[in-house]
Amino acid sequence: MKHRVKSSARLEQIFVFGFLVWALQMPSFAQTLGVSVPAATHGWTGGLNFHAEETKDRLENQYPELKIVLVTASNASEQANDLEDLLTIHQIDALVILPFESAALTGPVRNVERSGVFVTVVDRGLTDPSIHDFYVAGNNSEMGRVSANYIKSRLDQDGKIVILRGMPTVIDEQRFDGFMSSIDDTGIEVLDSQYANWNRDDGFTVMQDFLSRFPKIDAVWAQDDDIAIGVIQAIRQARRQDEMFVVGGGGMKDIIQRVKRGDKLTPVDVLYPPGMISTAMELTTIKLLADAPIEGEYILSSPLITEQNADDYYFPDSPF
Amino acid sequence: MLILNLKSTGPFIALCLVFLLGVFVNEAFLSSGNLANILARSSFIGIVAVGATFVITAGGIDLSVGSMAAFISGCMILLMNALHQSINSISIIICVAVFASIAMGLLAGLINGLLTTKARIEAFIVTLGTMGIYRSLVTFMADGGTLSLSFTINDVYSNVYYSDFLGIPYPVWVFFSLAGLAFVLMNKTIFGRHLFAVGSSEKVALYSAIDTEKIKIFAFMIQGFCVSIATIIYVPRLGSASGQTGVLWELEAIAAVIIGGTALKGGYGRVWGTVAGALILTLIGNILNLTDMVSNYLNGAVQGLIVIAAVVIQQRNGVQAES
Repeated sequence: MKHRVKSSARLEQIFVFGFLVWALQMPSFAQTLGVSVPAATHGWTGGLNFHAEETKDRLENQYPELKIVLVTASNASEQANDLEDLLTIHQIDALVILPFESAALTGPVRNVERSGVFVTVVDRGLTDPSIHDFYVAGNNSEMGRVSANYIKSRLDQDGKIVILRGMPTVIDEQRFDGFMSSIDDTGIEVLDSQYANWNRDDGFTVMQDFLSRFPKIDAVWAQDDDIAIGVIQAIRQARRQDEMFVVGGGGMKDIIQRVKRGDKLTPVDVLYPPGMISTAMELTTIKLLADAPIEGEYILSSPLITEQNADDYYFPDSPF
Repeated sequence: MLILNLKSTGPFIALCLVFLLGVFVNEAFLSSGNLANILARSSFIGIVAVGATFVITAGGIDLSVGSMAAFISGCMILLMNALHQSINSISIIICVAVFASIAMGLLAGLINGLLTTKARIEAFIVTLGTMGIYRSLVTFMADGGTLSLSFTINDVYSNVYYSDFLGIPYPVWVFFSLAGLAFVLMNKTIFGRHLFAVGSSEKVALYSAIDTEKIKIFAFMIQGFCVSIATIIYVPRLGSASGQTGVLWELEAIAAVIIGGTALKGGYGRVWGTVAGALILTLIGNILNLTDMVSNYLNGAVQGLIVIAAVVIQQRNGVQAES
């Protein structure tokens, strides 16, 4: 009996103490930021997750009153579920989202926005652009144009090239159209283009077949660094590395390293930074805590990375 | 082998037709470089599919092979990079990694086998589970990025994929010798006959005093062994592994087995048919890359059509030969 009384008194103390802690913390956790991104399924999304985690730690250290909830989803419907949880369980004040698919997530993000949450959309725009309060993205068509301009100047407006595309998605379409419109008025001939699904193995096999099919190739536009790695390997196997050069895209550290070394096969890379998630998280935090005007669109440019400026884009700790 | 198995000429007729299509599409198809590429490329799926022939003949299925290959690749790369700190001889490092790979493949097969037999869980569910586990593990090990083999090791190891003996790349030698061994094991040994028996009717096999559980576990272990061999020749190609490695290999391997004339319901297996099936699948991809007659968006549709046509040809021939 005695023991029981004692333990219930103890329990009461714990409750009171717990309540005090809770009450004291209430005002300090002023704002919650929800971040929803696709899971790390390939190099670029791996980099995205790395930068998101890093930014979360940094911001939470910097602003003790800020809580960040980071969730990853491996498909569109999982991401829609995540949004419901962020809203009802974590009661977020702002959302940073890189949608898995534009169309499928437009409805779920609209629901979040209707409940008064500040919405920042990253990279893949929603079908209805009036939903987001703020939009951060890379510029896919510029990426295509920058690559095309480099190839144009290296080949002196004339030559034979092959293109390895990603997957049939909006991102790939925009890159491809940007590229094609820039070489329209030149003598550059696209021998063929094939999908390489943004991975090394397909980059390797597709390039092997291009090499057996075309006796003369002056340049390869791989538009992605994972694909470029496979392409480089195939060119080396065929011992044709003196004949052509490869332009990838993204900013993978292995490729940047080659550019830095002045490798003739990969003279440049075109940036499409997974770090754009950090930009979105930082600016949304400023909106939440300082209420500074953050509105409209923030479009990152896709600069050409060359031997001279490669150091600025080299992150040895990133998995990408 | 063609003469020995009159019934199984179907897949080879289909293979010849797809081959002729290649010749017709582009003259570069017949260049020795392209033919070597096709054979070397098909060896991954081919070797995995030879293993799948055993599991499917025993009436099982293994969906975990693709992620298993990715996981073993990742472990091999991490192991070699770690050994590089302490051991100087690169050939010793590679040997250790090769043995570790085989051990892991056999163990993974044993786990799948024990779960299906001793724990009595459907092979489909067991391997669906292990498929998810291995896939996540490799993504976790790579931090969502890519694991890369150290350059000094890969300089030596890459010879396993890129060098050749008598003009034929090493992966092709490995593929065909393994298929030869598998053929003997399946068609000329008691184990092979028991395998057919278990696949046809497990109950009858059990009443005939066959240790059906042991046979099934062995089938899964052969599959694991084949996956590890495929991995050993896959890693030196690009010297890297990621969450993307081996995606959908399981479906390609199963497709190769079925195109080759093995019954999906078990009880009958054809190793050389599987080899033909794997070659057909690789040829289709190669031919589509060699032509721009087909819109990129329709590649999948053409692949599907050719696979279905190959099975139709294969079965018609089977029926004629049997009647």
